Amino acid sequence: MLLSKNRASLALSAVVLILGLSAGCKKKVAPPPPPPPPAEAPAPAAKPVINYFTAEPSTVNSGQPSSLRWSVTDSTNVTIDNEIGVVSPNGRRGVYPTVTTTYHLIATGPGGSTTADATVTVSTPPPPAPVAAAPPAQSVLDILAHQVQDLHFEYDKSDIIPADQPLLQSDAAALKTIFQTDPNFIVTIEGNCDERGSAEYNIALGDKRASATKDALVSLGVPGDKLKTISYGKERPLCTDPTEECYQRNRRAHFAATQ
Amino acid sequence: MRLLIASFLLIAGIGWLSAHQQIQGTIQKNPGKPLVAVTDFRANGAGAPLIGIFNATVAADLKSSPLLNFVPKTFYPLNPPQQPSDLIAGVAPPSNNAVIQPFRLTDWSLPPVGANYLGMGYGGEDRGLFVAFGWLYSTAPTIPTLQQAQVFGKVYTASLDEKGAIDAGHRYAADILAQFGGKSLVGTRIVFVSDRTGSKEIWVMNWDGSDQRQLTRYRSISTFPSASPDGRIVAFTTYASGYPAIQLLSIDTGRKLTFYNQRASMNAFVTFTPDSKTVVFSSTAAGGDAQLYAANIDGGNLRRITHSGAIEVEPKINPQNASQLVDVSGRSGLPQIYSMNMEGADVRRISAGTGEATNPAWSPDGAHLAFAWTKGFEPGNYNIFVMDFASQQTVQLTASDGRNENPTWAPDGAHLAYASKRGRSSQIWVMNADGTDKHPLTQTGNNEKPVWVNAEQ
Repeated sequence: MLLSKNRASLALSAVVLILGLSAGCKKKVAPPPPPPPPAEAPAPAAKPVINYFTAEPSTVNSGQPSSLRWSVTDSTNVTIDNEIGVVSPNGRRGVYPTVTTTYHLIATGPGGSTTADATVTVSTPPPPAPVAAAPPAQSVLDILAHQVQDLHFEYDKSDIIPADQPLLQSDAAALKTIFQTDPNFIVTIEGNCDERGSAEYNIALGDKRASATKDALVSLGVPGDKLKTISYGKERPLCTDPTEECYQRNRRAHFAATQ
Repeated sequence: MRLLIASFLLIAGIGWLSAHQQIQGTIQKNPGKPLVAVTDFRANGAGAPLIGIFNATVAADLKSSPLLNFVPKTFYPLNPPQQPSDLIAGVAPPSNNAVIQPFRLTDWSLPPVGANYLGMGYGGEDRGLFVAFGWLYSTAPTIPTLQQAQVFGKVYTASLDEKGAIDAGHRYAADILAQFGGKSLVGTRIVFVSDRTGSKEIWVMNWDGSDQRQLTRYRSISTFPSASPDGRIVAFTTYASGYPAIQLLSIDTGRKLTFYNQRASMNAFVTFTPDSKTVVFSSTAAGGDAQLYAANIDGGNLRRITHSGAIEVEPKINPQNASQLVDVSGRSGLPQIYSMNMEGADVRRISAGTGEATNPAWSPDGAHLAFAWTKGFEPGNYNIFVMDFASQQTVQLTASDGRNENPTWAPDGAHLAYASKRGRSSQIWVMNADGTDKHPLTQTGNNEKPVWVNAEQ
């Protein structure tokens, strides 16, 4: 019904227009409308600006802390290499280099990317006095940072994978050492997920991973009252590449000192 | 201009098919719906630089509505009427070579315009304000007088700037749409999550993307917003206290409302009953997997809903049926959408069971669910679908334009907002409920998790 009406109306309008056009041959043709103003060129997207990227102190002894501080504007993604990964545009991060290390900050935004470097020089301490033969006692933070390693998970799963059993054992041993050294120390197990599932579901899945990790450690004799759990879902990724390798890195239970 | 080209092609005898298809494509967008023409308003003085914005706003609102067909302006005669006194009554005598008289109202029902309704008017500046006079007339030749043909005539006053012209345009378009059953979106807002300050915070904007402002300043992770049906309260989940916990704010004042969080590693995902007095949320309060709980709006009077032994997140109460609930559950493996009652009984899976189905959102009439589904794609590659709840028939609205998730219905039931991640940036988009006319509302930083909030009641 609508179709046939349209066709009829189109035919009618064609007739009207043909008449109009032939009439236009005799009469003065109306002047064409003025051309539209030229479109404004869009402002070029600004390149990210790195306001500062510093290491303080810039010279440390091996294994001693230095604080990286940075501030970036106009960026959508900020990464720092040397296993720091994606960071917020403004922040600070403690690092404990054992050799002189240059950190590269890459800020990416709609207008391109900008990089900056900060170097932490590790000075060689004077040789120890010959009498000081006893090995230095490691701090609990050192043990946590170097001996308690992340556990990883399968997609949408929270069981400890069989291949991680040896890691679980060594984590349990290191955690027991920590709690024997400092009975007041509390460790938080952070559950994380890859970016593929929904953010909502991943909060619950990360919680499940953190709990499963805690349960497995408690079954190996780690005191449960020293372990807290939290889920970050997919809110704190180590990497953001759409690759299985990156997904695997992000599906993890991480151990952190409780503030 | 387009008509001249079309007629030339017709004379040449080769353009019939393409011209026919072009016009059919325009007219048949909403077959059977009224055809509405609205002239470009003109304005004098300080209103002149703003009237173009007013006209563009009216046209955009009408074009994007599934309730009517907007006749493209290229079909209109050059000197349209601007006010009722311009109009001439009567009907053109039957003739094969009739010339359209722009001021004769019923001539607008003739080709090439062929409109059932004509909107017209003019604008200007009055005492420092932007003013537009807008009318709508029926063009039906059967209506004997101009007075009887007038559907409405109104004055739209707004601030004398771009924002005011947009506002006046939206109100005039809403009045036209209201004649065809359209519920106005004026006054509705969209709450969302943005990281443009460096951390995820809760933001709010008007439904057309204007007036974007920050509601939280925690410099933590604040996300998963939802809103009470009365349009007054936004609930969200924040890590500000260290653990993911629920917080409620007054949308207007930003004032924090009392909410007692259960002692748990996670309290999140609030949904409100239609009377805005009870909430349902997801919590690990009992240990184990996150389960659904109901509570008073202050978090008191807690009672457990599910006992599933699997993850239960994203509860959504039917806005038309306070005892019907859907959620996202892992009870059959990968996340799927389930339906249940408020006692956690009568559980059934309503998504197809393939891939991952998540982010359910009820339509205002409680008869449809929009959701995100990986159907046919790799994990993580979501698209927006709408399901008829009774028949469980689904329609796909987005197709692989990156990652599309978190659909939310406009209160008019005719539009959806959603988050679309194309490349590395996520932005909030709006489309018609049939998947047409997709356009972005945000562009700064990453913006996600839109929730369309009813106008305050």
